[in-house]
Amino acid sequence: MKADVETNYLTADYRLRSWFLTTDHKRVAVLFFATITLFFFVGGAAATMIRLELATPQADLVRSDIYNRLFTMHGVVMVWFFLIPSIPTTLGNFLVPLMIGARDLAFPRLNLTSWYLFLIGGSVTLYALFVGGVDTGWTFYAPFSTMYSNGHVVLAVLGVFIAGFSSILTGLNFIVTIHRLRAPGLTWYRLPIFIWSLYATSVILVLATPELAITLALVALERITGIGIFNPRLGGDPLLFQHMFWFYSHPAVYIMILPGMGVVSELVTCFSRKNLFGYKFVAWCSIAIAAIGFLVWGHHMFVSGQSPFAGIVFSFMSFVVAVPSAIKVFNWTATLHKGWVSYDAPMLYALAFIGLFTIGGLTGLFLACIAFDVFVTDTYFVIAHFHYIMVGGMVTAYFGGLHYWWPKITGRLYPEYWARAAAILIFFGFNMTFFPQFILGILGMPRRYHVYAPELQVWNVLSSAGASILALAYLLPLFYLGWSLFWGRRASSDPWHATGLEWQTSSPPPKHNFVATPIVERGPYVYTVDGEAVPQNA
Amino acid sequence: MREAQPSFQYATLVQQEQAAQLGMWTFLATEVLFFGGLILAYCVYRYGYADDFAAAARHTKIVIGTLNTAILLTSSFLVAWAGALVKVGFDRLVAGLLTGAALLGVIFLGLKGYEYREEYREHLVPAVNFAFEAAHARGAELFFMLYFVLTGLHGLHVAIGVVVLLAIAHRARGGAYGRQYHSPVTVAGLYWHFVDLVWIFLFALIYLPGRSSA
Repeated sequence: MKADVETNYLTADYRLRSWFLTTDHKRVAVLFFATITLFFFVGGAAATMIRLELATPQADLVRSDIYNRLFTMHGVVMVWFFLIPSIPTTLGNFLVPLMIGARDLAFPRLNLTSWYLFLIGGSVTLYALFVGGVDTGWTFYAPFSTMYSNGHVVLAVLGVFIAGFSSILTGLNFIVTIHRLRAPGLTWYRLPIFIWSLYATSVILVLATPELAITLALVALERITGIGIFNPRLGGDPLLFQHMFWFYSHPAVYIMILPGMGVVSELVTCFSRKNLFGYKFVAWCSIAIAAIGFLVWGHHMFVSGQSPFAGIVFSFMSFVVAVPSAIKVFNWTATLHKGWVSYDAPMLYALAFIGLFTIGGLTGLFLACIAFDVFVTDTYFVIAHFHYIMVGGMVTAYFGGLHYWWPKITGRLYPEYWARAAAILIFFGFNMTFFPQFILGILGMPRRYHVYAPELQVWNVLSSAGASILALAYLLPLFYLGWSLFWGRRASSDPWHATGLEWQTSSPPPKHNFVATPIVERGPYVYTVDGEAVPQNA
Repeated sequence: MREAQPSFQYATLVQQEQAAQLGMWTFLATEVLFFGGLILAYCVYRYGYADDFAAAARHTKIVIGTLNTAILLTSSFLVAWAGALVKVGFDRLVAGLLTGAALLGVIFLGLKGYEYREEYREHLVPAVNFAFEAAHARGAELFFMLYFVLTGLHGLHVAIGVVVLLAIAHRARGGAYGRQYHSPVTVAGLYWHFVDLVWIFLFALIYLPGRSSA
């Protein structure tokens, strides 16, 4: 028993092949973590160039065709190679078996396959972006992408297509694992909210991603053969492309935010030392968001010429989907009430998430309103809105989760002072970058242009200045987390005094997670009135 | 026969089999949406180019299509039979049934290939060799484009299924499956039935339009 604990999953085997052929979900999570970190900085570099160019109204840094390639690269890399896989493939991969008391995912080899597919897809797309780039924007709108674009559309699309199968396999693995591998006593209503949210995410991954795959395949086919599937001049229907694309890409927004909501639910309870307020509501809201999220895609098409009746229905459904999101925000806030709130770095991220997500969500309601949406379509208002959700929401939650589970993953504590500094810098840098973009949007600045009217410069300079703070803040964790790997203090098995099963095994966990399969006896967030944690299994 | 053991992440063989079954069902859900996207595109254009699609569909080889439908249905029957027998032993019979089903799959692919060759000869392959009466050319081109994508993807699924069935038949002959452990047979069966089901939809969509009035 002792020997098993002494060699953990990191020290079990040092050979290179023990990493690249591993089927241990924890090691696959680490592989994914390294890969998406790389993509995060590639996408971030493109964003930096964009904000630099936009510091002045003239085109002085890059030509317009290069600018088109920059924002396409930023979008494609950030959406498909960072945000979609971010929490599920790293924290999810690491934590799903640990949180449910299992020895691994249901299909460990499939999990490794998922990483290889991701790596291949990412490499193909990166190759396309570096040998000449793509100028279509991340949406690959037809017929521009199929006929007129002079970028490497087919290659880029192929990369996204391959990475899509990685998503599908990860989602499938999670669904089966959560259904079939829960420890004895772990009923659905005893599952941590993180698991509920990943379950909802997985359902979307499995049902929406194939639609993207087939849409992109048709784009590539039309581009190669010149047969008009989407090009109206050749008899095709461009609206069909938009319907098919957004049937995936709107639910994909929920792929990007649901796991973040799961992380925040864990953080808020732990750092308030309280049970989650309205657990069942929060749990079912994840499912509701996933389900309703499939019925709102048309709100991306209010100006596309779709039927106005369809527009009204999509508008209504977009208001409806905000309800479960709002319920979650209220429940997190209510959890804080009369809790023993402490402000460690993960909690700072969680609180930042709640604020930023609320702004992103409320501006989403503006956009669900057809009249207002028509007014700001394709302006920076839309850009600001979805960055509040994806960056202010998802990336913040990802960083919060990364700090929270860092001791479990690495066995080391990170330096708290630096982590808090980074969290605060991210919050201010983010707001300074993106809040001015709401104003720019209202003032009428369109997205995807690199020259703009001189009177808009002050807001753009503010935004670019904020972006430089944000870039610095995102680089900071790279250094102090890297430092902690070697010199950080050793973590105990439960440094946060939290309740979940993942904290009941050593840090880092042994190869097969638990010395003995835990028997679960209570819900995931039981704390005494004094804020003492009551572990799920004891 | 060896005593079957579950993989390390499972407590029991029953749990392992349930996981495998659920995994396949989830995968099939993905597949439904995958083919569903293409069938949606087909429906949109069939609505938009009703006459062209009818004219184009009359050029499909309905005899081969019908024969292939019968072949796939028969193979599905063999697989279902094997799935029932594997739980009570009968290793050699199970192996034979699965091999038979795979063989029918190969015949299906052969007939499909012959059909493709005929279509190439009749100038019905868009972008490669296509000529059609001018009045219906645009819609017909879309029809055949979707036809080749749909049947091509389906053919790929059949080919994968054939390989899987042969591999499982081989292991069944070696006595790998029995009352306790037989999930590969039933799970592969699920997949094969799905491939069969997709074909039933394709048959109706591709071969039947425009026939009643012709």
